[in-house]
Amino acid sequence: MPNALSPEPLLTVRGLTAGFDAGPVLFGIDLDIAPSELIALVGANGAGKSTLLGVLSGLVRATSGTITLAGHDVTNARPEVLVRRGVAHVPQGRRLFGTMSVEKNLMLGAYLRRDRDVGDDLVRVLDHFPALKDKLSREAGTLSGGEQQMVAIGRGMMARPKLLMVDELSLGLAPKIVDRLIDVVQQINREGTALLLVEQDVLVALDAAHRAYVLENGRVVLSGLAAEVRDDPGVRKAYLGL
Amino acid sequence: MSVAVAPQLELRGVTKRFGGVAAVDGVSFEVARGDIVGVIGPNGAGKTTLLNCISGVYHLDGGDILLNGTSIAGMAPHRVARLGIGRTFQIVKPFGSMTARENVGIGALFGSEHERRGVRESFALADEVLELVGLKAKADHPVTALTIPDRKRLEVARAVATRPQLLLLDEVMAGLNNVEIDEALDMVRAVHATGVTVVLIEHVMRVIVGVCRRAVVLDSGQVLAQGEPEVVLRDERVIQAYLGERYAKRLKS
Repeated sequence: MPNALSPEPLLTVRGLTAGFDAGPVLFGIDLDIAPSELIALVGANGAGKSTLLGVLSGLVRATSGTITLAGHDVTNARPEVLVRRGVAHVPQGRRLFGTMSVEKNLMLGAYLRRDRDVGDDLVRVLDHFPALKDKLSREAGTLSGGEQQMVAIGRGMMARPKLLMVDELSLGLAPKIVDRLIDVVQQINREGTALLLVEQDVLVALDAAHRAYVLENGRVVLSGLAAEVRDDPGVRKAYLGL
Repeated sequence: MSVAVAPQLELRGVTKRFGGVAAVDGVSFEVARGDIVGVIGPNGAGKTTLLNCISGVYHLDGGDILLNGTSIAGMAPHRVARLGIGRTFQIVKPFGSMTARENVGIGALFGSEHERRGVRESFALADEVLELVGLKAKADHPVTALTIPDRKRLEVARAVATRPQLLLLDEVMAGLNNVEIDEALDMVRAVHATGVTVVLIEHVMRVIVGVCRRAVVLDSGQVLAQGEPEVVLRDERVIQAYLGERYAKRLKS
């Protein structure tokens, strides 16, 4: 259930504007994430959700505004710097290396790490996703969609992030698998990792999250406790189709 | 008055193996003309493989597929398409350097067995189809400028422009939110209303309940259950294998 905002926010975004050659996509975004929060980011296709994740992981440049992570200004920091500082991005469509083994895909998430706990973290990932245990040597591309999403989330966890961002967890997955993956994501969150969940299945996201932001045409039009957002008449009409 | 009419599509013990694994394992069901049938089931159950069998991408290792009573098993994909089976792909593959209209025009140019068109005719048909799927205002947009829901519409439009009698849709609503799904369902209804039979694969139950008259559940390459969606989705075996308890509860509420 909702956490009180801790005095030391993990991520603070202020007045963020960003876009591509064709023009800006995000306009003055403000967003806060506390270290133990699970945040849902919802909105129609084209609202700017994936672009926002791209800016937070250094793949898309901010044209104005600031991003602060654990007290450090990381605005327009390079992706590898952000990964080192604790931001992991599980991209839409999984983006695994299909002809590489599951184990190698997972270990790539720890590519920048030089500490000795990498092996322990691999064990932890496999505890969360036991289905992957006897598939470590399989080519990732031969796994089912649900298993591939497990590898993608596991690869993100292998960076030992403070903030794990998951773009479209449910895409193309059977309802039962979505349930299981949401359970795992909540478990990861309870173990101390902040989560930013972008999701088209708005009901699934709002059921799982503490707080939520609604993005419309590149602007935050609503934010609050997930339960409040779920009951908002505009959200019910525009996103839940109720 | 009842005359025995062959079902539009009939699958008889359709089997497809990869190595030693039967991805589709003796699947039989019928699709009546004018039906909308949903194919659901866990990831890896064989749904897309089955679609590939029907559209001629794969050769069968066993069984038969009949279109209006005539076997189409072993036919090349372009021949199956000319006979009137159109399909979309899970990962949309438009011609990236062309406009929406040009993409749909190619489908129309390809045509079907009884309808060959020239370029002008094809583009006239493309315009009709674009209007049908709700893309008329974006006809001259390059496909790269289209949003995800619009690219899915375009994928459907390309198939519809071949004037199929049977349309196979592979997850054209994945990645859409509920309201976008409702809009896409209106598109499916509009296409269906022109006389096209529809078989669709989806994981989104809003789609299955929203437009399908029948649902076929695949599990490990076999038919686990089939029937009216409302009945199938309450089937304990389907909940166990596919829906999961939480989803089943939400469906009931």
